[in-house]
Amino acid sequence: MMETMLPELSNQEIHRYSRHLLIPDVGMEGQRKLKAASVLVVGTGGLGSPVSLYLAAAGVGRIGLVDYDVVDFSNLQRQIVHGESRLGDLKVDSARDRLLDLNSEIQVDTYNEFLSSDNAFRIAEPYDIIIDGTDNFPTRYLVNDLCVLTGKANVYGSIYRFDGQASVFDARVGPCYRCLFPEPPPPGLVPSCAEGGVLGVLPGTIGSIQATEALKLILEIGEPLIGRLLLYDALDLSFQTVKLQKNPDCKVCGEHPEVTELIDYVDFCGMPAHDDEEGSAGEEWDITAPELAEKLKKGEDLRLIDVREPHELEISHLEGAELIPLGQFASHLSELDSAEDIVLFCKSGTRSTRALEILASAGFKKVKNLKGGINAWALEVDPSMPIY
Amino acid sequence: MPQLKIPTPLRPYAEGESILSLDGRNVAEVLAAAVDLHPQLKKHLFNEDDQLRPFVNIFLGEENVNELDGLQTNLEEDDTLLIIPSIAGGRA
Repeated sequence: MMETMLPELSNQEIHRYSRHLLIPDVGMEGQRKLKAASVLVVGTGGLGSPVSLYLAAAGVGRIGLVDYDVVDFSNLQRQIVHGESRLGDLKVDSARDRLLDLNSEIQVDTYNEFLSSDNAFRIAEPYDIIIDGTDNFPTRYLVNDLCVLTGKANVYGSIYRFDGQASVFDARVGPCYRCLFPEPPPPGLVPSCAEGGVLGVLPGTIGSIQATEALKLILEIGEPLIGRLLLYDALDLSFQTVKLQKNPDCKVCGEHPEVTELIDYVDFCGMPAHDDEEGSAGEEWDITAPELAEKLKKGEDLRLIDVREPHELEISHLEGAELIPLGQFASHLSELDSAEDIVLFCKSGTRSTRALEILASAGFKKVKNLKGGINAWALEVDPSMPIY
Repeated sequence: MPQLKIPTPLRPYAEGESILSLDGRNVAEVLAAAVDLHPQLKKHLFNEDDQLRPFVNIFLGEENVNELDGLQTNLEEDDTLLIIPSIAGGRA
């Protein structure tokens, strides 16, 4: 935008942004660029919290927030835009109120919707930059393709346990997410944060880097992370960048693109676009917590197998269950008998569904998955048990 | 001996190890040695046709080995290979 077309700053805004105005690389013109800018933050969770807070504080004039969820108690360990007083409220409402409390001079738009191929163009249309703060592969590919097809920068961040990644994918001048990861991993091969956990401060680090990159893009200063992937290891406290090249065969930004419109990303990834879904192996393979309780009460001969990690037993466990973590499951097949009735369980049913698939493909037929995992048992059978 | 850094999501399949020191003159040999040592890594790195899975990226220093000689990229004794995994977490 030409300088003369940039919005003016009020005296109050000049006071608010004085620490920015003192930086020659920002100055009055830069702050006016921030005021004129619009950024869409997809996901108001771990990454979306610090990103949206810092963009609001910095004076980005228009911020869009997309989420479909409500604030849950287990969010508060890392989703710092929300608070205890907003438990059960829509995340977009909770986040909007916090951002406007921080800076009432900006515009915050909320989209209490699940971002999909049907609504993505409409939602993204008013914004210059898209921040990917999602938690699942289908939405990540959707955000990528949306940015490629609409010519917008995709400020990417992703986290798992102690590891983080960040980049700026802008297919107009560099590679896109698909250039690096042409296909998602098959379902179950890569655990999600809901299954594997995440250090609460990790999204603070990666989200702050995403906010930094967004501000640099708006201010047109520095070297953006275009064509580079930042890798962060919180345990080593190491940062490393690697070079990313545009893939001429990329299906969406390559020389002969096959993806020219948004597709069915759930189908493409073969997995749901939710990180926190209750794991189900399908009706024929599932057993509910009350059904399992009934069988155990009757003294039916069942082999209960817990496929969680050993440290999760301290949180909750089922009496009589034996532990075979999913990572070691395939190498323990010889210890299982397909003539036995087996019930597999984990935290929420996702990992046990993977274990069930291993058994089913080995010819086991008398095996069931505890739908919703041990958390469903805590909810429906034993209220004294904690839910995590 | 070249080293292979194992990212967090793959560590359960490498008995929790974060760095493996492995014999090998090129990327293919080092990955084969890793799979010999920890067979459960195999399905995470290679598909049924023993091709590297499309979502697994192997870097030597800053460079994706695909930009070098792919799996045939020669390695020095003190080289470190990095597996960059596809991770999706962020909102939840």
